[in-house]
Amino acid sequence: MPAVAGPAAQPHSRPFIRPGAPAIVLAPMTEPGKVLATFHVNGEPHEVAFPPHKTLLEVLREELNLTGTKHGCELGECGTCTVQVDGVPILSCLMLAVDAVGRPVQTVEGLADGPQLTELQHALADLGAAQCGYCTPGILMTAEALLRDNDRPTREQIRQCLAGNLCRCTGYLKIFEAVELAAARCRGEQAEPSKESIHGS
Amino acid sequence: MLRLPTFTYHRPKTAAEAVRLASEHGKEAMYVAGGTDLYPNMKRRHQVPTQVISLQDVPGLHDVEVHGSGGVRIGAMVRLTKLEHHAHLKQHYPGFAHAVREISTPLLRNMGPIGGNLLLDTRCTYYDQSHEWRESIDFCMKKDGAICWVAPGSPRCWAVQSSDTVPVLCAMEAEVELVGADGTRRIKCDELYRDDGIVYLTKRPEELLTKVFLPPPGAWKASYLKLRRRDTYDFPILGVGACLWLDGDGVVTKANVRLGGAGSYAIPATETEKLLVGNQLTDERIAAAGSAAMKPARTMDNTDLDVYWRRKVAPVYVARALAACR
Ligand SMILES: Cc1cc2nc3c(=O)[nH]c(=O)nc-3n(C[C@H](O)[C@H](O)[C@H](O)COP(=O)(O)OP(=O)(O)OC[C@H]3O[C@@H](n4cnc5c(N)ncnc54)[C@H](O)[C@@H]3O)c2cc1C
Ligand code: SF4
Ligand code: FES
Ligand code: FES
Repeated sequence: MPAVAGPAAQPHSRPFIRPGAPAIVLAPMTEPGKVLATFHVNGEPHEVAFPPHKTLLEVLREELNLTGTKHGCELGECGTCTVQVDGVPILSCLMLAVDAVGRPVQTVEGLADGPQLTELQHALADLGAAQCGYCTPGILMTAEALLRDNDRPTREQIRQCLAGNLCRCTGYLKIFEAVELAAARCRGEQAEPSKESIHGS
Repeated sequence: MLRLPTFTYHRPKTAAEAVRLASEHGKEAMYVAGGTDLYPNMKRRHQVPTQVISLQDVPGLHDVEVHGSGGVRIGAMVRLTKLEHHAHLKQHYPGFAHAVREISTPLLRNMGPIGGNLLLDTRCTYYDQSHEWRESIDFCMKKDGAICWVAPGSPRCWAVQSSDTVPVLCAMEAEVELVGADGTRRIKCDELYRDDGIVYLTKRPEELLTKVFLPPPGAWKASYLKLRRRDTYDFPILGVGACLWLDGDGVVTKANVRLGGAGSYAIPATETEKLLVGNQLTDERIAAAGSAAMKPARTMDNTDLDVYWRRKVAPVYVARALAACR
């Protein structure tokens, strides 16, 4: 990919911006400082004009209106912005949008097939494993990748897998149980949440 | 939203082109590998390159190669997740593989490669903050300010070496390859670092780190032990890398012990090393060698947890890391 220059300097609050004369451009420029590219999000192409310093999170939320992906810390410290790129869960707040061009991007909006939820979404709902729900999109995108590779994850593997997704509400227990429940259902078992999980012991 | 400042983004196709771009733009340029260190720093305006040079398209940096001797050559752009699951590394370099697993979170390890981990910026409580926060204390010497808030009389910055793999790689005597404008050189990992919080690398800014070489497995064993508040996310506030060479009778013939998270580079615990060489690893010897690490673990009050407590636990952590080499 050729070099792409950012937009002109903005006023005082960003003193570090250089009014870059565009070097070489990624695609025909629509406006100065922007590049035009096609993103493949949830299997659909989206053509977007955006400045090259935008993160994938910014483009998803602000250009494509896919606000299911949440923004929290924007520094890699919470995991709520997790999406899958090439099937791998990554933090969209720390990936440049230009680096996702031409690669399949999967967000939480792409999980359900119409009204048909995934087993994991079902299990989270059945167990009440989402309270405020702010971490849930990130948890889903991370744990769906685990379940794709491993239909019998141990509690320890689930804990390790979700070690980059903070949840401030649930205390994690119901989330771990939901991943286990979803795994059992994916294996074709007639699993239901235990009484203790729903009502407490 | 915390947003990145604007910059011109390059994705060179060869190492030579990357080095040329970096030389041409000098101080304005920085390389980016996974971006998990640089982009947070750019968002907080610690590091503000106007030219960002991504290494993702540079060929030859993305593979792990196992040599006939069992030694390993790791490309600088190999993601930490790949290293953590690599069968040969898990079997023959368990200390290193463990250090990789201790880094940040699975999501960050999916993004960050080993090269970026080796070259991570140094950290400090007064530095790793938002621009507004730092402005409110009139900044500090490392960026935009004049004095050091940790040691106000100090002429230098004490920001902390915070990579988990550096102490164990230095202890193992791993090497790195650097490619610059006038050729390629290969140096010991130890020689890559300086005892300074600001200029913490000996490498020139335009030099590209291309490979990491692990010595062939042999009569040595390495271990890594990390202290931090949470079992995930947190940077090391002490990271003990130990490597011991043992003869047939279990006598230590050579010892390297490095303390990460304790100063601006991975500090050698020289007295500890001396106490080990020529001796067997008895519990008493290990405890004594651990105690000798109290002095080099000269931690300052610029990371998480109480500074005096951190100094006190250093001997315990060093002893445990040594015991793991038995
Ligand atoms: C919340 C959080 C927690 C973290 N916790 C830890 C932790 O516990 N332990 C730990 O060790 N790290 C931690 N990290 C840091 C980071 O995720 C990893 O160290 C990662 O490996 C850094 O690599 P990168 O390629 O993503 O870095 P980048 O930001 O791409 O690069 C880091 C630096 O190295 C330079 N650089 C990168 N590659 C090269 C190269 N090949 N040649 C020359 N220069 C190069 C860049 O210019 C930059 O200055 C954490 C990060 C975050 C955001
Ligand atoms: S050690 Fe001192 S100069 Fe260095 S980052 Fe911390 S406060 Fe700033
Ligand atoms: S918003 Fe990306 S990790 Fe917090
Ligand atoms: S449900 Fe509120 S943060 Fe997880």
